[in-house]
Amino acid sequence: MMTKQSDDVIVKTLSRLLIPFMQIYALYVIAHGHYSPGGGFQGGVILGASLILLVITYGLDNALRKMSEKLNTILCSTGVFIYAGIGALCLVLGGNFLDYAELDPILHVGIAQARSLGILGVEVGVGITVMAAMASIFLDIATGGLPSSKEKNIQGKRA
Amino acid sequence: MIWQLDLILCLFIIICAIAAINVKDLLAAVIILGAYSFFMCLLWTEMGAVDVAFTEASVGAGVGTVLFIAAVSKTKRRSKD
Repeated sequence: MMTKQSDDVIVKTLSRLLIPFMQIYALYVIAHGHYSPGGGFQGGVILGASLILLVITYGLDNALRKMSEKLNTILCSTGVFIYAGIGALCLVLGGNFLDYAELDPILHVGIAQARSLGILGVEVGVGITVMAAMASIFLDIATGGLPSSKEKNIQGKRA
Repeated sequence: MIWQLDLILCLFIIICAIAAINVKDLLAAVIILGAYSFFMCLLWTEMGAVDVAFTEASVGAGVGTVLFIAAVSKTKRRSKD
């Protein structure tokens, strides 16, 4: 199945080399999202793909040690909280929802820069949520909703 | 926009779409769907929608293919119709 650790040394070494570069590229896409192609959603999908590669090559147990399902759930809601929080902060400061110009009294950087930083914060929130959602969708499909140790027990009982 | 390139890409997209529907092996259908996504991505880029092309490449060809392969590995590989 897709959740066992791979035996192939080439696959494991290559993915160990590739995953950090994928994540750096995803962070680049998120950080440059507000003035070039890309953004929170695409960068989050690439971050999620790096986690999926980790699950495929190193197995579910090793991957869950890096990023447990509980952490996944927490990150999933933290991203939404960042997005809605920035929007509501603008609302509290007297503007419309997600009207970043109102953040200027907090940031003290001028209205144009405040808009840029506000969009960056929203992109970061979207990226975190999309990463956690992609990883948890893949985990749910690949394991059938069960942790791998329980899955083994059930298959043993059936056999 | 270069209409010759547009035409070739549209042709490849239609071929990939028809092949993905008609092939019996579901794993092959998933891979052909990935190829369809990449041709779609090239077409978006050629038409100047770089952001949409980026999304198509990362979601359609990257994560979507992996999710479909996971679903195929959980169910049957052969389709009956």
